[in-house]
Amino acid sequence: MKKTFSRHSGVAAPLLIDNIDTDQIIPSREMKTVSKEGLGEGLFAGWRYTEVGGREPNQEFVLNQNSKIDSTILIAGSNFGCGSSREHAVWALSEYGIRVILAVSFGEIFHANCLRNGILAVSLSQDNIDALANASNEGEITVDLVEQTVSAASIKDWKCDFEIGAYPKKMLMEGLCPIEMTLTNEKAIDAFLQVDKETRPWVYTV
Amino acid sequence: MTHKTLYDKIWDSHLAHINAETGEALLFIDLHLIHEVTTPQAFAGLKAAGRNVRRPDLTLATADHNTPTENQAAGLEGVKDEQARTQLEMLSKNVKEHGIEFYPMGHINNGIVHVVGPEQGRTQPGMTIVCGDSHTSTHGAFGALAHGIGTSEVEHVLATQTLRARKMKNMAVRVSGKFQDGVGAKDLALHLISVIGTAGGTGSVMEFMGEAIEAMSMEARMTLCNLSIEGGARAGLVAPDETTFDYIKGRPSAPKAGQWDAALSYWKTLFSDEDAHWDEVVEIRAEDVAPTVTWGTSPEQALPLSADAPIPSEISDPIKRAAAERALDYMGIEAGKPLKDLKIDRVFIGSCTNSRIEDFRAAAEIVKGKKVADGVRAMAVPGSGLVNAQAEEEGLDQIFVEAGFEWREPGCSMCLGMNPDTLAPQERCASTSNRNFEGRQGRGGRTHLLSPVLAAKAAIAGVLGG
Repeated sequence: MKKTFSRHSGVAAPLLIDNIDTDQIIPSREMKTVSKEGLGEGLFAGWRYTEVGGREPNQEFVLNQNSKIDSTILIAGSNFGCGSSREHAVWALSEYGIRVILAVSFGEIFHANCLRNGILAVSLSQDNIDALANASNEGEITVDLVEQTVSAASIKDWKCDFEIGAYPKKMLMEGLCPIEMTLTNEKAIDAFLQVDKETRPWVYTV
Repeated sequence: MTHKTLYDKIWDSHLAHINAETGEALLFIDLHLIHEVTTPQAFAGLKAAGRNVRRPDLTLATADHNTPTENQAAGLEGVKDEQARTQLEMLSKNVKEHGIEFYPMGHINNGIVHVVGPEQGRTQPGMTIVCGDSHTSTHGAFGALAHGIGTSEVEHVLATQTLRARKMKNMAVRVSGKFQDGVGAKDLALHLISVIGTAGGTGSVMEFMGEAIEAMSMEARMTLCNLSIEGGARAGLVAPDETTFDYIKGRPSAPKAGQWDAALSYWKTLFSDEDAHWDEVVEIRAEDVAPTVTWGTSPEQALPLSADAPIPSEISDPIKRAAAERALDYMGIEAGKPLKDLKIDRVFIGSCTNSRIEDFRAAAEIVKGKKVADGVRAMAVPGSGLVNAQAEEEGLDQIFVEAGFEWREPGCSMCLGMNPDTLAPQERCASTSNRNFEGRQGRGGRTHLLSPVLAAKAAIAGVLGG
């Protein structure tokens, strides 16, 4: 089923720490699966539960607070999703129900992984992140991909803009499959190969 | 004169298609390395869509993340963790179905994916190399554009042998002069990351250049490029030179005799032109790099081994201050105390960062004739079956064993806490791996990143600063 994105309003959980790496988003011990399913439980396992492998909630952790348990938006600091390339981090967020991540900046591979799974990852200034984190305790946050704005129910007449490339925006809005898109360029790939085999024959004779 | 950087040249030579409007490119991929953890969902996706692997000949598989580092002769039945075994079985099945070359656990060529590619001669200058593992940046040491990708991208590369990509920025890291004795690539990498931060290289390809880089062995260049991702750069690069060509020559997949000269002439065009444009330049004097260790839970939280732990109240940036407080608390370190006095419980020499023959030679020189300190459990884990065989031939394994180290079988081992090699909560480990994240080596485990030489010294002394 195609997952498309245009506008989303929901509960937002602030996790205002810099450099939250993908080992925190999902520890390696929680990702020994061969499917994309069943990873939501392992989301933030090291912080969310009291014991390794256990499921006893740590009440201190933001997603275990009654008002935040149904969060669909995360608000974070700089370099969110740095570290390992594991897409399991994005699958875990997605299964938990997260649709949008607002952060000062992102790890690159993580950012690319979000795009391929219909999660909107938006970079905002530290000031806007702080404002939205405060506002998230008083009501929903709304992210409009069409208009490229973020607003908060608790801040009247305020919204901030965000940037996104034309291609990722189209991909998210239409839920496009990159492999299908690439296969429409198959002739160009074949033509490249014809020439390159002459230029660098040793690459193709392993 | 073309005014191009090395990255520009590799990018241009692999462009199968570019969308002029969006800048979105299709980059042809010369080598796709795969392993058991980040591929099952990609193969399942292929199957669901009724697609095949486009170029099995340009794909190479190994098992490394999940594999136990003892009793590998027992085969998959010996893998006690049922889920890990399923991932390993799935890889065996998928590579068989698609005709992909595979070095399973126990095979002499098996090992960590970023050790295997270079030692087989599969990694070559000017190539594009991807793998579902962020430390794919390692292969940049050969002047190849190499970086990690997610599993959706793995599926894309399997199906099309291309990657949808956008051009990154060019960043130069110039390292002049000579290192002090006992200081090398690992210290330089940690020092650099502490200066530019873990997001310092975000959006860039980081090319290392200068006298100190030219003097480095291939192993050292691999350590350095391996860690470029910890500085935020998806890919690191070193221009290929005689050191590179000598390393490749004679390896199983090196260009064959009839093609070697053509390959060599091509490789010699792979350097950044003198008047190339750099978006950013970082200058480092090799003499200024001290033996360096991490004290916190991010690779940028690194200091000279001779330094004291930071005092958060002296840090003016509130975000950095809070991060330091949190890290010191997690690491069980008192603010302002000398790092060298920290008592350690474990030592790990291994991982895709530091598990090559040169790493074990350097560490063996330190531990030879000495004993691991009481109460310290030390492990040395070769990066591949071939590194293991070479070490045995040189008697290095015996030196480690006589000193009280465990000499184990190849794999990722204690780098990532995914196989049986993990830290217990609060255990403090001197580790040659690449990430000191909270819980990376086991929940509650405390990781200090450092070079093999410093790890060996720590093992003998029982404290971080041996």
